Amino acid sequence: MIINHPLLGPRDAAEFVYLGDASLMNRPEWKGEEASDEQTEKTLDAYHDYLYIRENKAGEHKELWYHEQGDRSWLIVTRNTITHGISKVELARDIAVANQAKGESKK
Amino acid sequence: MRYSALRVIKEALTGHKGWEPVWRSPEPKKHYDVIIVGGGGHGLATAHYLANQYGINNVAVLEKGWIGGGNVGRNTTIIRSNYLLPENEPFYEYSMKLWEGLEQDTNYNSMVSQRGILNLYHSDGQRDAFVRRGNGMLMAGSDAEILDQDGVRELYPFLDFENARFPIKGGLLHKRGGTVRHDAVAWGYARGADSKGVDIIQNCEVTGFDIKDGVCTGVKTTKGDIGANKIAVCVAGSSSRVMAQAGMNLPIESQVLQAFVTEGLKPVLPGVVTFGAGHFYVSQSDKGGLVFGGDLDGYNSYAQRGNLPVVEDVCEGGIAIMPAIGRVKLLRSWGGIMDMSMDGSPFIDRTHIKGLYFNGGWCYGGFKATPASGMCYAHLLATDTPHEFAKGFKLDRFRRGGMIDEKGVGAQPNLH
Repeated sequence: MIINHPLLGPRDAAEFVYLGDASLMNRPEWKGEEASDEQTEKTLDAYHDYLYIRENKAGEHKELWYHEQGDRSWLIVTRNTITHGISKVELARDIAVANQAKGESKK
Repeated sequence: MRYSALRVIKEALTGHKGWEPVWRSPEPKKHYDVIIVGGGGHGLATAHYLANQYGINNVAVLEKGWIGGGNVGRNTTIIRSNYLLPENEPFYEYSMKLWEGLEQDTNYNSMVSQRGILNLYHSDGQRDAFVRRGNGMLMAGSDAEILDQDGVRELYPFLDFENARFPIKGGLLHKRGGTVRHDAVAWGYARGADSKGVDIIQNCEVTGFDIKDGVCTGVKTTKGDIGANKIAVCVAGSSSRVMAQAGMNLPIESQVLQAFVTEGLKPVLPGVVTFGAGHFYVSQSDKGGLVFGGDLDGYNSYAQRGNLPVVEDVCEGGIAIMPAIGRVKLLRSWGGIMDMSMDGSPFIDRTHIKGLYFNGGWCYGGFKATPASGMCYAHLLATDTPHEFAKGFKLDRFRRGGMIDEKGVGAQPNLH
């Protein structure tokens, strides 16, 4: 597989380390110091799902790749898990910054 | 029809006109006691033991393609019980005992060959880890033997003992491990189940579940709706796809594992050998080809084919321990879809939906587990209680902190 790095151009996938589903970027909030038992259970459920449950899609899959043998950037690669065809590559940082801005504008 | 040497002679003398198909091809009935989704090794074994051990034979096995066309036909055929953890090793040892009686049980030649497995070690630390593992195996009633370098030399004189980077210092020998003719496992179980009245229905894909008020009462298929009291899913790499139809997400990632066969050679490798410094395991098939494999490709995939970097890596592992195979030609390679769980261990459990059961997450260890998986799943379906050897294989174990992580690498499926 060739990953078309947004900064470095086409690179062999062997230069990268695979982490998994891009939803791993969305870590749930930890509970507050004064959380009730109910809130604690809810938080633990959310963390359980975040850590262990995967959608494991057949088809378009957004996933995190780390360019360890290159510029050490994290990429979000949109890849079809049935054909291995890659349709989109973005810098994870750009997405994270955009998400943060979105979150702040909501507040 | 029972198979026997006498029967072979009789058929030979009468022009082989008496052989019958090994299983029927019935049309599905409207309703069954149990529907098993997935006609692979585990599904067929479950059907066999349900009918033969638990007396439940109003059973259908639904298979999307043809039986034995998935991972039971795509593995490196190795059987072993050399695990460490107390939730795992007794289960795999039970599986080994079932392998040892399989051919008598199914009256089918599955070519169970206990030729021994040797895990090589290359350092003191690795030796100590193998001693610990060996003790764990002995405690579960399995067999284990630590060999020093001379002991390994006696068995496999052609290995690269003086390799500068990873010299071979010895190995952990598991004599009862070995190989089995994988397709014959599927066929033998299919025949065993069919002979007791189980309907094996091929080319019948499950496209949905009938779930109402938290109770599953049947499946929708490409051959129409079929009702059942209990629906048992065991579809390996397709687990997430099938269970998504019941609205469930699983602690599983599907990843591709490649395997390889070389051209046929004269007998060269008497047992199974694994490399301790990389990931490489090899045996020789009865046709003469070296059958080997290594690591996962390492990313989510449903493609049943992998990529070249892993081909190179696996072949390098082979050359590192057996330089003699350097000029052997690779004949075929293929990929299977592994249901990689979050701790490297499987699930045999009920779901929160009444009447819906799940068996999966076998990672790349499903083949050796086939008989025990079938027996424990059949036990769960028949009695609604977990089998004593499968008590740890629960779907909610991560929430409870009950992980069974042999490698201790955490929720990173491509490292298991």
